[in-house]
Amino acid sequence: MKADKLRCKECGTDYPLEALFVCDRCFGPLEVHYSQDGELDVPGLRRRIQGGPQNVWRYADFLPLVGGPPGPSNRLASRAGLPAGCTPLIRADRLAEQLGLREVWVKNDAANPTHSFKDRVVAVAAARAKELGYEVLACASTGNLANAVAAQAAALGLRSYVFIPSNLEEQKIIATGVYGTNLVSVRGNYDDVNRLCTELSADRDWAFVNVNMRPYYAEGSKTLAYEIAEQLGWGIPDRIVAPIASGSLYTKIARGFQEWIDVGLVEGSLPVMNGAQASGCAPVANAFAAGHDFCQPVKPDTIAKSLAIGNPADGPYALDLAKRTGGRIDSVTDAEIRDAIGLLAQTTGVFTETAGGVTTAVLRKLAERGDIDPDERVVLVITGDGLKTLDAVRGTYATHEIDPSVESFEASAAHLAGEAVSA
Amino acid sequence: MPVTVKIPTQLRAAAGGASEASVEGETVAKVLDGLYAQFGELRERISDGDGSLRRFINVYVGGEDIRFLDGLETTVADGGEITILPAVAGG
Repeated sequence: MKADKLRCKECGTDYPLEALFVCDRCFGPLEVHYSQDGELDVPGLRRRIQGGPQNVWRYADFLPLVGGPPGPSNRLASRAGLPAGCTPLIRADRLAEQLGLREVWVKNDAANPTHSFKDRVVAVAAARAKELGYEVLACASTGNLANAVAAQAAALGLRSYVFIPSNLEEQKIIATGVYGTNLVSVRGNYDDVNRLCTELSADRDWAFVNVNMRPYYAEGSKTLAYEIAEQLGWGIPDRIVAPIASGSLYTKIARGFQEWIDVGLVEGSLPVMNGAQASGCAPVANAFAAGHDFCQPVKPDTIAKSLAIGNPADGPYALDLAKRTGGRIDSVTDAEIRDAIGLLAQTTGVFTETAGGVTTAVLRKLAERGDIDPDERVVLVITGDGLKTLDAVRGTYATHEIDPSVESFEASAAHLAGEAVSA
Repeated sequence: MPVTVKIPTQLRAAAGGASEASVEGETVAKVLDGLYAQFGELRERISDGDGSLRRFINVYVGGEDIRFLDGLETTVADGGEITILPAVAGG
Protein backbone atom coordinates (compact mmCIF):
# COMPACT_ATOMS: atom_id res chain seq x y z
CA MET A 1 0.00 0.00 0.00
CA LYS A 2 1.20 3.46 -0.81
CA ALA A 3 -0.35 6.84 -0.07
CA ASP A 4 -1.01 8.41 -3.45
CA LYS A 5 -3.42 11.33 -2.94
CA LEU A 6 -5.83 13.14 -0.65
CA ARG A 7 -9.51 12.59 -1.37
CA CYS A 8 -12.55 14.53 -0.18
CA LYS A 9 -14.74 12.33 2.03
CA GLU A 10 -17.85 14.15 0.82
CA CYS A 11 -17.52 14.71 -2.93
CA GLY A 12 -14.53 12.52 -3.87
CA THR A 13 -12.40 15.29 -5.39
CA ASP A 14 -8.70 14.37 -5.40
CA TYR A 15 -5.81 16.55 -4.21
CA PRO A 16 -2.03 16.08 -4.05
CA LEU A 17 -0.39 14.88 -0.80
CA GLU A 18 0.30 18.39 0.49
CA ALA A 19 -0.63 20.41 3.59
CA LEU A 20 -4.32 20.57 2.67
CA PHE A 21 -7.22 19.58 4.91
CA VAL A 22 -10.43 20.75 3.34
CA CYS A 23 -12.00 20.39 -0.10
CA ASP A 24 -11.97 23.62 -2.11
CA ARG A 25 -15.26 22.64 -3.74
CA CYS A 26 -17.49 21.47 -0.86
CA PHE A 27 -15.46 22.13 2.33
CA GLY A 28 -15.58 18.42 3.18
CA PRO A 29 -12.60 16.90 5.03
CA LEU A 30 -9.74 15.41 3.03
CA GLU A 31 -8.53 11.91 3.82
CA VAL A 32 -5.41 10.04 2.70
CA HIS A 33 -6.01 7.60 -0.14
CA TYR A 34 -3.78 4.55 -0.69
CA SER A 35 -3.21 2.38 -3.72
CA GLN A 36 -1.76 -1.07 -4.19
CA ASP A 37 0.35 -2.03 -7.20
CA GLY A 38 -0.29 -5.65 -8.11
CA GLU A 39 -1.18 -8.47 -5.72
CA LEU A 40 -0.59 -7.84 -2.00
CA ASP A 41 1.67 -10.44 -0.34
CA VAL A 42 -0.27 -10.81 2.94
CA PRO A 43 2.10 -13.26 4.71
CA GLY A 44 5.03 -11.05 3.69
CA LEU A 45 3.25 -7.96 4.99
CA ARG A 46 2.52 -9.69 8.29
CA ARG A 47 6.19 -10.66 8.66
CA ARG A 48 7.27 -7.12 7.81
CA ILE A 49 4.99 -5.74 10.53
CA GLN A 50 6.20 -8.30 13.10
CA GLY A 51 9.83 -7.55 12.24
CA GLY A 52 9.31 -3.79 12.38
CA PRO A 53 10.32 -1.35 15.12
CA GLN A 54 8.47 -1.26 18.44
CA ASN A 55 6.52 1.86 17.53
CA VAL A 56 3.93 3.12 15.04
CA TRP A 57 6.36 2.80 12.12
CA ARG A 58 5.95 -0.99 12.13
CA TYR A 59 2.68 -0.11 10.33
CA ALA A 60 4.40 2.12 7.76
CA ASP A 61 2.59 0.31 4.94
CA PHE A 62 -0.62 1.95 6.15
CA LEU A 63 0.74 5.39 7.00
CA PRO A 64 1.00 8.43 4.71
CA LEU A 65 4.74 8.95 4.32
CA VAL A 66 5.93 9.11 0.75
CA GLY A 67 9.55 8.33 1.59
CA GLY A 68 8.88 5.33 3.86
CA PRO A 69 9.42 5.25 7.62
CA PRO A 70 11.57 8.08 8.96
CA GLY A 71 15.22 7.61 9.81
CA PRO A 72 18.38 6.71 7.95
CA SER A 73 17.13 3.17 7.36
CA ASN A 74 14.22 0.96 8.30
CA ARG A 75 16.31 -0.70 10.98
CA LEU A 76 16.93 2.64 12.68
CA ALA A 77 13.39 3.94 12.23
CA SER A 78 12.76 3.96 15.98
CA ARG A 79 15.46 6.62 16.37
CA ALA A 80 13.62 9.18 14.29
CA GLY A 81 11.86 11.67 16.48
CA LEU A 82 10.00 10.56 19.57
CA PRO A 83 8.75 7.01 19.04
CA ALA A 84 5.08 6.44 19.86
CA GLY A 85 2.85 3.42 20.12
CA CYS A 86 3.27 -0.26 21.02
CA THR A 87 1.47 0.37 24.29
CA PRO A 88 0.24 -2.51 26.49
CA LEU A 89 -3.07 -4.31 25.95
CA ILE A 90 -3.93 -5.54 29.44
CA ARG A 91 -6.43 -8.25 30.22
CA ALA A 92 -8.67 -6.73 32.89
CA ASP A 93 -10.35 -9.71 34.55
CA ARG A 94 -11.08 -7.97 37.83
CA LEU A 95 -12.77 -5.07 36.02
CA ALA A 96 -14.72 -7.55 33.88
CA GLU A 97 -15.87 -9.43 36.96
CA GLN A 98 -17.05 -6.23 38.65
CA LEU A 99 -19.09 -5.38 35.58
CA GLY A 100 -20.47 -8.89 35.00
CA LEU A 101 -18.56 -9.32 31.75
CA ARG A 102 -16.34 -12.17 30.60
CA GLU A 103 -13.49 -10.59 28.70
CA VAL A 104 -12.39 -6.97 28.96
CA TRP A 105 -9.05 -5.60 27.76
CA VAL A 106 -7.58 -2.21 28.53
CA LYS A 107 -5.54 -0.58 25.76
CA ASN A 108 -3.36 1.64 27.91
CA ASP A 109 -2.27 4.50 25.67
CA ALA A 110 -1.14 6.47 28.71
CA ALA A 111 2.05 4.44 28.15
CA ASN A 112 3.11 6.72 25.30
CA PRO A 113 6.12 9.09 25.64
CA THR A 114 4.02 12.10 26.72
CA HIS A 115 1.40 9.88 28.32
CA SER A 116 -1.46 10.06 25.83
CA PHE A 117 -2.48 8.66 22.43
CA LYS A 118 -1.63 12.04 20.88
CA ASP A 119 1.98 10.92 20.45
CA ARG A 120 0.75 8.61 17.69
CA VAL A 121 -0.95 11.27 15.62
CA VAL A 122 1.85 13.77 16.15
CA ALA A 123 4.52 11.24 15.14
CA VAL A 124 2.77 10.82 11.78
CA ALA A 125 1.92 14.50 11.23
CA ALA A 126 5.43 15.64 12.19
CA ALA A 127 7.12 13.08 9.94
CA ARG A 128 4.97 14.16 7.00
CA ALA A 129 5.58 17.84 7.85
CA LYS A 130 9.32 17.17 7.66
CA GLU A 131 8.87 15.48 4.28
CA LEU A 132 7.03 18.58 3.07
CA GLY A 133 9.87 20.81 4.30
CA TYR A 134 8.15 22.51 7.27
CA GLU A 135 10.34 23.91 10.04
CA VAL A 136 7.61 24.85 12.53
CA LEU A 137 5.04 22.56 14.16
CA ALA A 138 1.90 24.04 15.72
CA CYS A 139 -1.42 22.91 17.15
CA ALA A 140 -4.68 23.86 18.86
CA SER A 141 -4.88 21.67 21.93
CA THR A 142 -7.02 20.63 24.88
CA GLY A 143 -3.76 19.65 26.60
CA ASN A 144 -2.60 16.21 25.56
CA LEU A 145 -1.80 17.35 22.04
CA ALA A 146 0.14 20.28 23.48
CA ASN A 147 2.41 17.87 25.37
CA ALA A 148 2.89 15.71 22.30
CA VAL A 149 3.63 18.51 19.81
CA ALA A 150 6.06 20.30 22.14
CA ALA A 151 7.93 17.05 22.85
CA GLN A 152 7.99 15.81 19.26
CA ALA A 153 9.23 19.18 18.00
CA ALA A 154 12.01 19.09 20.61
CA ALA A 155 13.00 15.57 19.57
CA LEU A 156 13.05 16.48 15.87
CA GLY A 157 14.75 19.85 16.38
CA LEU A 158 11.81 21.83 14.99
CA ARG A 159 10.38 25.05 16.40
CA SER A 160 6.84 24.85 17.73
CA TYR A 161 3.84 26.95 18.71
CA VAL A 162 1.26 25.42 21.00
CA PHE A 163 -2.12 27.12 21.50
CA ILE A 164 -4.20 26.10 24.55
CA PRO A 165 -7.30 27.39 26.35
CA SER A 166 -6.17 29.42 29.36
CA ASN A 167 -8.20 27.32 31.86
CA LEU A 168 -6.29 24.08 31.22
CA GLU A 169 -5.09 21.79 34.02
CA GLU A 170 -1.76 22.98 35.46
CA GLN A 171 -0.16 19.55 34.95
CA LYS A 172 -0.76 19.74 31.20
CA ILE A 173 0.59 23.28 30.97
CA ILE A 174 3.80 22.45 32.88
CA ALA A 175 4.31 19.25 30.89
CA THR A 176 4.17 21.33 27.71
CA GLY A 177 6.28 24.31 28.69
CA VAL A 178 9.15 22.12 29.83
CA TYR A 179 9.94 21.14 26.23
CA GLY A 180 10.81 24.69 25.26
CA THR A 181 7.88 25.39 22.97
CA ASN A 182 6.24 28.76 22.32
CA LEU A 183 3.27 28.27 24.63
CA VAL A 184 0.28 30.50 23.86
CA SER A 185 -2.55 30.55 26.40
CA VAL A 186 -5.74 31.82 24.76
CA ARG A 187 -8.50 33.50 26.77
CA GLY A 188 -11.35 31.31 25.52
CA ASN A 189 -12.41 27.66 25.23
CA TYR A 190 -10.96 25.03 22.90
CA ASP A 191 -13.34 25.95 20.09
CA ASP A 192 -12.07 29.54 20.25
CA VAL A 193 -8.48 28.26 20.12
CA ASN A 194 -9.34 26.05 17.18
CA ARG A 195 -10.96 28.91 15.27
CA LEU A 196 -7.92 31.10 15.90
CA CYS A 197 -5.54 28.39 14.67
CA THR A 198 -7.66 27.80 11.56
CA GLU A 199 -7.32 31.53 10.81
CA LEU A 200 -3.59 31.59 11.59
CA SER A 201 -2.88 28.55 9.45
CA ALA A 202 -4.11 30.34 6.34
CA ASP A 203 -1.31 32.88 6.34
CA ARG A 204 1.59 31.15 8.09
CA ASP A 205 4.00 28.64 6.71
CA TRP A 206 3.59 26.35 9.71
CA ALA A 207 2.50 22.74 9.98
CA PHE A 208 -0.54 22.93 12.28
CA VAL A 209 -0.80 19.23 13.01
CA ASN A 210 -4.58 19.25 13.51
CA VAL A 211 -5.46 21.92 10.96
CA ASN A 212 -3.57 21.93 7.65
CA MET A 213 -1.84 18.59 8.47
CA ARG A 214 -5.03 17.00 9.80
CA PRO A 215 -5.39 14.29 7.11
CA TYR A 216 -1.93 12.89 8.02
CA TYR A 217 -2.38 13.46 11.75
CA ALA A 218 -5.67 11.56 11.81
CA GLU A 219 -4.06 8.54 10.12
CA GLY A 220 -1.91 8.05 13.22
CA SER A 221 -4.97 6.97 15.23
CA LYS A 222 -5.37 3.90 12.99
CA THR A 223 -2.29 2.45 14.69
CA LEU A 224 -4.38 1.91 17.84
CA ALA A 225 -6.56 -0.52 15.89
CA TYR A 226 -3.57 -2.24 14.27
CA GLU A 227 -1.93 -2.78 17.66
CA ILE A 228 -5.11 -4.11 19.24
CA ALA A 229 -5.55 -6.54 16.35
CA GLU A 230 -1.93 -7.67 16.49
CA GLN A 231 -1.98 -8.00 20.30
CA LEU A 232 -5.14 -10.12 20.10
CA GLY A 233 -3.29 -12.57 17.83
CA TRP A 234 -4.40 -10.96 14.55
CA GLY A 235 -8.01 -10.79 15.65
CA ILE A 236 -10.75 -8.20 15.98
CA PRO A 237 -12.54 -7.55 19.27
CA ASP A 238 -16.33 -7.72 19.41
CA ARG A 239 -16.63 -4.23 20.83
CA ILE A 240 -14.56 -1.08 21.28
CA VAL A 241 -15.36 1.61 23.83
CA ALA A 242 -13.48 4.80 22.94
CA PRO A 243 -13.77 8.47 23.85
CA ILE A 244 -15.09 11.10 21.43
CA ALA A 245 -13.84 14.68 21.35
CA SER A 246 -13.64 15.68 17.67
CA GLY A 247 -14.56 12.11 16.65
CA SER A 248 -11.29 11.61 14.77
CA LEU A 249 -9.82 8.90 17.02
CA TYR A 250 -13.14 7.04 17.21
CA THR A 251 -13.65 6.95 13.45
CA LYS A 252 -10.01 6.20 12.63
CA ILE A 253 -9.91 3.18 14.96
CA ALA A 254 -12.70 1.73 12.85
CA ARG A 255 -10.91 2.67 9.64
CA GLY A 256 -7.80 0.86 10.88
CA PHE A 257 -9.73 -2.37 11.47
CA GLN A 258 -11.53 -1.99 8.13
CA GLU A 259 -8.26 -1.61 6.21
CA TRP A 260 -6.87 -4.80 7.75
CA ILE A 261 -10.10 -6.67 7.00
CA ASP A 262 -9.97 -5.39 3.41
CA VAL A 263 -6.38 -6.49 2.77
CA GLY A 264 -6.90 -9.84 4.52
CA LEU A 265 -4.58 -9.37 7.53
CA VAL A 266 -7.52 -10.16 9.83
CA GLU A 267 -10.87 -11.85 9.35
CA GLY A 268 -14.27 -10.78 10.55
CA SER A 269 -16.23 -7.57 10.65
CA LEU A 270 -15.92 -4.21 12.38
CA PRO A 271 -16.35 -4.24 16.15
CA VAL A 272 -19.45 -2.66 17.64
CA MET A 273 -18.20 0.90 18.15
CA ASN A 274 -19.26 2.60 21.39
CA GLY A 275 -18.41 6.28 21.78
CA ALA A 276 -18.01 8.04 25.11
CA GLN A 277 -18.56 11.70 25.97
CA ALA A 278 -18.91 13.75 29.14
CA SER A 279 -22.43 15.09 29.79
CA GLY A 280 -20.93 18.57 30.14
CA CYS A 281 -19.75 18.41 26.53
CA ALA A 282 -21.82 15.87 24.61
CA PRO A 283 -22.67 17.28 21.19
CA VAL A 284 -22.24 13.88 19.53
CA ALA A 285 -24.07 11.88 22.23
CA ASN A 286 -26.90 14.44 22.16
CA ALA A 287 -27.20 14.14 18.38
CA PHE A 288 -27.16 10.34 18.63
CA ALA A 289 -29.93 10.39 21.24
CA ALA A 290 -32.00 12.74 19.08
CA GLY A 291 -31.48 10.65 15.95
CA HIS A 292 -29.74 13.48 14.09
CA ASP A 293 -26.97 13.00 11.53
CA PHE A 294 -25.25 16.29 12.44
CA CYS A 295 -24.19 17.92 15.72
CA GLN A 296 -25.42 21.09 17.33
CA PRO A 297 -22.38 22.74 18.96
CA VAL A 298 -22.30 23.21 22.75
CA LYS A 299 -20.35 25.29 25.28
CA PRO A 300 -18.25 22.75 27.23
CA ASP A 301 -18.49 22.54 31.03
CA THR A 302 -16.87 19.33 32.27
CA ILE A 303 -13.85 18.05 34.20
CA ALA A 304 -12.98 16.00 31.10
CA LYS A 305 -11.15 18.89 29.47
CA SER A 306 -9.29 16.74 26.98
CA LEU A 307 -12.71 15.88 25.49
CA ALA A 308 -14.09 19.41 25.75
CA ILE A 309 -14.69 20.12 22.07
CA GLY A 310 -18.10 21.70 21.64
CA ASN A 311 -17.91 21.79 17.87
CA PRO A 312 -16.64 18.34 16.80
CA ALA A 313 -15.18 18.21 13.28
CA ASP A 314 -15.90 14.52 12.71
CA GLY A 315 -19.26 14.49 14.50
CA PRO A 316 -21.32 13.40 11.48
CA TYR A 317 -18.91 10.54 10.72
CA ALA A 318 -18.93 9.40 14.36
CA LEU A 319 -22.74 9.29 14.32
CA ASP A 320 -22.72 7.30 11.11
CA LEU A 321 -20.14 4.83 12.47
CA ALA A 322 -22.07 4.19 15.70
CA LYS A 323 -25.24 3.45 13.74
CA ARG A 324 -23.45 1.35 11.12
CA THR A 325 -21.81 -0.96 13.68
CA GLY A 326 -24.78 -1.31 16.04
CA GLY A 327 -23.03 0.83 18.62
CA ARG A 328 -24.10 3.87 20.57
CA ILE A 329 -22.71 7.16 21.78
CA ASP A 330 -23.34 7.74 25.48
CA SER A 331 -22.48 10.45 27.96
CA VAL A 332 -21.66 10.35 31.67
CA THR A 333 -21.65 12.93 34.45
CA ASP A 334 -18.57 14.36 36.16
CA ALA A 335 -19.43 12.30 39.28
CA GLU A 336 -19.59 9.12 37.18
CA ILE A 337 -16.25 10.06 35.60
CA ARG A 338 -14.57 10.42 39.01
CA ASP A 339 -16.03 7.11 40.21
CA ALA A 340 -14.87 5.34 37.08
CA ILE A 341 -11.30 6.64 37.42
CA GLY A 342 -11.31 4.93 40.84
CA LEU A 343 -12.92 1.76 39.45
CA LEU A 344 -10.28 1.39 36.74
CA ALA A 345 -7.42 2.16 39.12
CA GLN A 346 -8.65 -0.24 41.80
CA THR A 347 -9.37 -3.17 39.46
CA THR A 348 -6.53 -2.87 36.92
CA GLY A 349 -3.77 -0.71 38.43
CA VAL A 350 -4.17 1.75 35.56
CA PHE A 351 -4.56 5.39 36.63
CA THR A 352 -6.24 7.34 33.87
CA GLU A 353 -7.03 10.98 33.30
CA THR A 354 -10.61 12.21 33.11
CA ALA A 355 -11.04 11.10 29.47
CA GLY A 356 -10.36 7.51 30.53
CA GLY A 357 -12.84 8.01 33.34
CA VAL A 358 -15.41 8.95 30.70
CA THR A 359 -14.66 5.81 28.70
CA THR A 360 -14.69 3.51 31.73
CA ALA A 361 -17.93 5.06 33.01
CA VAL A 362 -19.58 4.46 29.65
CA LEU A 363 -18.41 0.82 29.70
CA ARG A 364 -19.96 0.48 33.15
CA LYS A 365 -23.18 2.08 31.92
CA LEU A 366 -23.37 -0.28 28.92
CA ALA A 367 -22.73 -3.31 31.16
CA GLU A 368 -25.31 -2.25 33.73
CA ARG A 369 -27.88 -1.61 31.02
CA GLY A 370 -27.30 -5.09 29.60
CA ASP A 371 -26.10 -3.78 26.23
CA ILE A 372 -23.07 -6.09 26.26
CA ASP A 373 -23.42 -9.83 25.75
CA PRO A 374 -21.41 -11.49 28.56
CA ASP A 375 -19.49 -13.54 26.00
CA GLU A 376 -18.15 -10.52 24.14
CA ARG A 377 -14.49 -9.56 23.96
CA VAL A 378 -14.45 -5.84 24.79
CA VAL A 379 -11.54 -3.40 24.44
CA LEU A 380 -11.60 -0.23 26.53
CA VAL A 381 -9.42 2.51 25.02
CA ILE A 382 -7.63 4.51 27.72
CA THR A 383 -6.13 7.56 26.04
CA GLY A 384 -4.27 9.43 28.79
CA ASP A 385 -2.54 9.33 32.18
CA GLY A 386 -4.13 10.20 35.52
CA LEU A 387 -1.14 12.33 36.48
CA LYS A 388 -2.40 14.89 33.95
CA THR A 389 -5.65 15.59 35.83
CA LEU A 390 -4.86 15.20 39.52
CA ASP A 391 -7.65 17.51 40.69
CA ALA A 392 -10.24 14.99 39.50
CA VAL A 393 -9.27 12.52 42.25
CA ARG A 394 -8.02 14.87 44.93
CA GLY A 395 -9.66 14.01 48.26
CA THR A 396 -11.12 10.68 47.10
CA TYR A 397 -8.99 8.59 49.48
CA ALA A 398 -7.79 8.70 53.10
CA THR A 399 -4.22 9.17 54.32
CA HIS A 400 -3.29 7.95 57.80
CA GLU A 401 -0.55 10.02 59.40
CA ILE A 402 1.18 8.37 62.37
CA ASP A 403 4.29 8.60 64.53
CA PRO A 404 7.09 6.19 63.60
CA SER A 405 6.12 3.64 66.26
CA VAL A 406 4.30 0.31 66.29
CA GLU A 407 1.89 1.66 68.91
CA SER A 408 0.98 4.61 66.77
CA PHE A 409 0.33 2.36 63.76
CA GLU A 410 -1.76 -0.08 65.78
CA ALA A 411 -3.81 2.78 67.19
CA SER A 412 -4.50 4.19 63.73
CA ALA A 413 -7.30 3.65 61.30
CA ALA A 414 -4.77 2.25 58.82
CA HIS A 415 -4.23 -0.72 61.13
CA LEU A 416 -7.96 -1.35 61.37
CA ALA A 417 -8.35 -1.07 57.59
CA GLY A 418 -5.63 -3.70 57.18
CA GLU A 419 -7.42 -6.04 59.62
CA ALA A 420 -10.63 -5.66 57.66
CA VAL A 421 -8.94 -6.68 54.42
CA SER A 422 -7.13 -9.71 55.86
CA ALA A 423 -10.20 -10.94 57.81
CA MET B 1 -20.65 51.65 7.60
CA PRO B 2 -20.05 48.32 5.89
CA VAL B 3 -19.20 44.97 7.45
CA THR B 4 -15.88 43.20 6.84
CA VAL B 5 -16.15 39.59 5.68
CA LYS B 6 -13.01 37.50 6.13
CA ILE B 7 -12.72 34.94 3.35
CA PRO B 8 -10.93 31.61 3.95
CA THR B 9 -8.07 30.56 1.66
CA GLN B 10 -10.24 27.86 0.08
CA LEU B 11 -12.64 30.51 -1.29
CA ARG B 12 -10.22 33.25 -2.26
CA ALA B 13 -9.85 32.12 -5.87
CA ALA B 14 -13.62 32.52 -6.26
CA ALA B 15 -13.37 36.01 -4.73
CA GLY B 16 -10.77 37.39 -7.13
CA GLY B 17 -8.00 36.46 -4.69
CA ALA B 18 -9.34 38.73 -1.92
CA SER B 19 -8.83 37.70 1.71
CA GLU B 20 -11.62 40.01 2.85
CA ALA B 21 -14.52 41.94 1.39
CA SER B 22 -16.47 44.98 2.48
CA VAL B 23 -20.23 44.40 2.34
CA GLU B 24 -23.37 46.27 3.47
CA GLY B 25 -26.03 44.45 5.52
CA GLU B 26 -27.63 44.25 8.96
CA THR B 27 -27.81 40.46 9.31
CA VAL B 28 -25.51 37.59 8.36
CA ALA B 29 -27.96 36.53 5.64
CA LYS B 30 -28.01 40.02 4.12
CA VAL B 31 -24.24 40.38 4.30
CA LEU B 32 -23.80 37.02 2.59
CA ASP B 33 -26.27 38.09 -0.14
CA GLY B 34 -24.17 41.21 -0.60
CA LEU B 35 -21.05 39.08 -0.80
CA TYR B 36 -22.66 36.85 -3.46
CA ALA B 37 -23.60 40.00 -5.41
CA GLN B 38 -19.90 40.91 -5.55
CA PHE B 39 -18.64 37.37 -6.22
CA GLY B 40 -21.37 35.24 -7.78
CA GLU B 41 -19.37 32.03 -7.60
CA LEU B 42 -19.34 32.14 -3.79
CA ARG B 43 -23.09 31.49 -3.47
CA GLU B 44 -23.01 27.80 -4.33
CA ARG B 45 -19.71 27.32 -2.51
CA ILE B 46 -21.05 28.65 0.80
CA SER B 47 -24.75 27.89 0.77
CA ASP B 48 -26.83 24.80 0.13
CA GLY B 49 -29.63 24.71 -2.39
CA ASP B 50 -32.15 25.85 0.24
CA GLY B 51 -30.11 28.88 1.30
CA SER B 52 -28.74 27.40 4.53
CA LEU B 53 -25.00 27.09 5.10
CA ARG B 54 -23.15 24.06 3.80
CA ARG B 55 -22.57 21.43 6.47
CA PHE B 56 -18.81 21.93 6.76
CA ILE B 57 -18.77 25.73 6.89
CA ASN B 58 -18.75 27.72 10.12
CA VAL B 59 -19.61 31.42 10.26
CA TYR B 60 -18.60 33.67 13.15
CA VAL B 61 -19.73 37.16 14.11
CA GLY B 62 -17.27 38.94 16.35
CA GLY B 63 -15.58 35.60 17.03
CA GLU B 64 -18.79 33.78 18.10
CA ASP B 65 -20.25 30.88 16.10
CA ILE B 66 -23.60 32.08 14.71
CA ARG B 67 -25.20 28.81 15.85
CA PHE B 68 -24.90 30.22 19.40
CA LEU B 69 -26.49 33.47 18.21
CA ASP B 70 -29.45 33.77 15.84
CA GLY B 71 -27.99 31.80 12.94
CA LEU B 72 -28.28 33.55 9.59
CA GLU B 73 -30.56 36.13 11.21
CA THR B 74 -27.79 37.22 13.62
CA THR B 75 -27.43 40.99 13.46
CA VAL B 76 -24.08 42.50 12.55
CA ALA B 77 -23.07 45.89 13.88
CA ASP B 78 -21.76 48.62 11.59
CA GLY B 79 -18.06 48.04 11.14
CA GLY B 80 -18.44 44.49 12.47
CA GLU B 81 -16.63 41.45 11.25
CA ILE B 82 -17.89 38.16 9.85
CA THR B 83 -15.45 35.26 9.53
CA ILE B 84 -16.11 32.28 7.29
CA LEU B 85 -14.05 29.18 8.10
CA PRO B 86 -13.93 25.48 7.25
CA ALA B 87 -15.43 23.37 10.05
CA VAL B 88 -13.24 20.29 9.87
CA ALA B 89 -10.21 21.48 11.83
CA GLY B 90 -9.08 20.41 15.27
CA GLY B 91 -9.42 17.52 17.65
